[in-house]
Amino acid sequence: MTSPLLGYLDRPGPLHTLSGVSKLVLVLAVVLGAAIGFDVRYLAVVGAGSLVLWAISRVPPRDLAVVLWLIALFMVLNNLGIFLFAPGYGTELFGTRHVLLDGPWRWDVTAEQLFYQLAVTLKYFAVLPSVLLFVATTRPPELASTLNRIGVPYRIAYAVSLALRYIPDVQREFRTISAAQQARGLDTSRAAPLRVRLRNLTSILMPLLLGTFDRIDAVSAAMELRGFGRGRKRTWLVRSPLRGRDAVVIAAAVVVVVVPLVLLGVNGGRFWNPFV
Amino acid sequence: MTAASTGGSAGGGGGTGRGSAPLIELSGYGFQYRAQSAPTLHDIDLSVHRGEKIAIVGASGSGKSTLVNVLNGLIPHHHRGTSTGTVRVLGRDPAAVPLVETAAVVGTVLQDTGSQFVALTVGEDIAFSLENQQVDPSEMPARIARAAQLAGIEDRLMDSPQDLSGGQKQRVAIAGVLVDDVEVLLLDEPLANLDPATGRAAVELLDTLHRDHGATIVLVEHRLEDVLHRDVDRIVLMADGRIVLDAPPDQVLASGALEEHGIRPPLHVTALAYAGAPVTASQRPSRSADVALTAQQITAVQDWVAAAPVAGEAPADGEALAPGAVRSDASGTAARTALDLDAVSCDLPVGPDRRRTVLEGISAAVRPGEMLGVLGSNGAGKSTLARVIAGFEEITGGRLRIGGVDAAGWSLAEHGERVGFVLQDPGQMLSRPQVSDEIALGLRARGVDEVEIARRTATVLEICGLSPFRSWPLAALSHGQRKRVTIAAVLALEPEVLILDEPTAGQDFAHYTEFMDFLRGLHATGTTVVLITHDMHLAVEYTDRVLVLSEGRLLADDDPARVLTDPALTARADLVVTGLYDLARRCGISDPHTLVRRFVAADRERRGARR
Repeated sequence: MTSPLLGYLDRPGPLHTLSGVSKLVLVLAVVLGAAIGFDVRYLAVVGAGSLVLWAISRVPPRDLAVVLWLIALFMVLNNLGIFLFAPGYGTELFGTRHVLLDGPWRWDVTAEQLFYQLAVTLKYFAVLPSVLLFVATTRPPELASTLNRIGVPYRIAYAVSLALRYIPDVQREFRTISAAQQARGLDTSRAAPLRVRLRNLTSILMPLLLGTFDRIDAVSAAMELRGFGRGRKRTWLVRSPLRGRDAVVIAAAVVVVVVPLVLLGVNGGRFWNPFV
Repeated sequence: MTAASTGGSAGGGGGTGRGSAPLIELSGYGFQYRAQSAPTLHDIDLSVHRGEKIAIVGASGSGKSTLVNVLNGLIPHHHRGTSTGTVRVLGRDPAAVPLVETAAVVGTVLQDTGSQFVALTVGEDIAFSLENQQVDPSEMPARIARAAQLAGIEDRLMDSPQDLSGGQKQRVAIAGVLVDDVEVLLLDEPLANLDPATGRAAVELLDTLHRDHGATIVLVEHRLEDVLHRDVDRIVLMADGRIVLDAPPDQVLASGALEEHGIRPPLHVTALAYAGAPVTASQRPSRSADVALTAQQITAVQDWVAAAPVAGEAPADGEALAPGAVRSDASGTAARTALDLDAVSCDLPVGPDRRRTVLEGISAAVRPGEMLGVLGSNGAGKSTLARVIAGFEEITGGRLRIGGVDAAGWSLAEHGERVGFVLQDPGQMLSRPQVSDEIALGLRARGVDEVEIARRTATVLEICGLSPFRSWPLAALSHGQRKRVTIAAVLALEPEVLILDEPTAGQDFAHYTEFMDFLRGLHATGTTVVLITHDMHLAVEYTDRVLVLSEGRLLADDDPARVLTDPALTARADLVVTGLYDLARRCGISDPHTLVRRFVAADRERRGARR
């Protein structure tokens, strides 16, 4: 497969036509809102919103399968970790204790704990799809100009967008090197024991790394020659203007940040407590 | 001898700027990289005047790439070291001004433009320099359009880099430099990644920029015959970090200094020398089609061809077998073929949901012990064919038999036991710090015992001429030596077939010859060799038979000399006929083929004698 691991996917969809700026504002609002608010109702709404956006974006989840699996894995590990190390945290937070399942030692499953972990899980659903969607629907040059427009120095903004831009090339390179090494008998499939697999993987990563360094050197020389870094600012050819629907998106972003702030006051804390 | 003076001022714009101060001037210049123990450049005197077109040629390691970096200011701003003497670009020392000021005068198109695309579309990439200068975005489209038109890429502004061919990517890079109104266009090995037909188109483009738009052009190359497809004012020949000759092309070609310093002269010039009637500068020998041949030279060539030791001697060892015989053979007993392709097709994904047919219905057979060429322009499907045979890509139609066995369902490792595939870039295969470790890597992975590993390693090191380097770090080897290590590593697995992708790409003539002679020696020991190449002369010189691919289809399966003499076929496959055919035609030799064979035989004799 040559489809990218993570990066811009060129599929026309409604989110692709929005300005990078409004999309970035929304993503930042979601991240900020989810960081402030721990109210399950709020997180559920934002999470559902993220999934709806994904649905209308026409970005098939298959295209980002690897990243999605990694996130799912972290989500599960995170949940297991919380339960392992702090099984009573929910009770501490909500002040009640409804045991659902009597576990060994302190690992009792309580409704409060499940509710707390539900909130943590919902944060994943609220934040990550929108970040991935932003990356997948914003063309790297526009991403760079967007980051630059909100105050990120252009050198850093360009570095980020170039890194995303070269992911497909590095993947292609990885495939070729990997095939060449496998043809020599270096097995990196599941059939080989883990230790052998890791050792064989280094035989692929070494040439890949060295090749990448050479390439970075060549690209940076080429960019320097074309005047990159000469001034403190630069202009951008592609800078889509803000339109009506961008205003709608930015308004939505404001709501996404204001709601958890209001909820802080209403709930008298970060959590909404259904147990009292 | 009036022709000599005409030759001296060839190329229109050459004389115009001579009176004014040079755009670039180096005097007594030397440079040593910080990480190296000896200087790379010595005592360089070079001046470039407005409106000139100069070709800098030299073997690998002659210092020509370093010279490029001096001219464009990357030395000393990007690569550090110590220098002696003086450099002036438009009267100023590049070391004393910011890199961008030098870059605004000398626009550089670096090697391998494909991997240096910084934007997602052609238009944005061309705009890159304007953006950095903080040009107002509203002014950009007009300037982009003008630069794109000059470079002949104006109809692809919205395309992304992966939709462009190598030649088109280079045009984008040229437009990205022209957008700045630079004084000098500097190109570092512009032909290195292009097939001959595309390379010629690039040379023509540069010539148009030079003649119609007054551009000053400095290009660094070792493919001299392709460069001379259009006039240049001067050739600067470099060797061992020095300029050994700086003269009009006619004088350089007649001097005989090129071959001595590892550069292949145009084939017709060499052929005339072999025939005992070398060219003189006054004959304007740059191009085979319009060199002023004398009657005496024509007779000399005719006599030389007629005096061939054995009339109609085939170019290589496998002369007894006609190409057609192989296929009929294959249909009878599949066991006798090393490779047997039966209507092989391959589709590759080019986007999330799109696939493109890269190979379609390829049928061919390769005999054990054959040396076969696969010819075609870039994008014809040659590399994909090699990758399919090596198991890197899956076949989507037809059948592939290796050693008579159907390869369907084989793992990559199983393919690797029978087919050794040597990638174009050795960097993609080498992963160990040391030569002998690298060779043993595949054997250890296959669980071969240490005694056998030692035996095979010693054998392949010997075959590949690497025994003295067995415990060397790979980083200390030259490109050609590293390439041999990859071949040794593949040979150690004792494959039945060896496939090499563009084995000589980017190598100068001396290394090319050395490497190809090594491959011929390997072939003589019984290894079946398949060469993927776009170099027609390489195919004629070293193979018994060629497959010609174009747009994923097999156009021909024949003797290389016969393929080359078929103008309709070469045109369809986008191949470039060498200067030897023009020479044969102009000397009234009815079968150009005989001259080519005579040339190859003489070439081989000459090289044998030198060793």
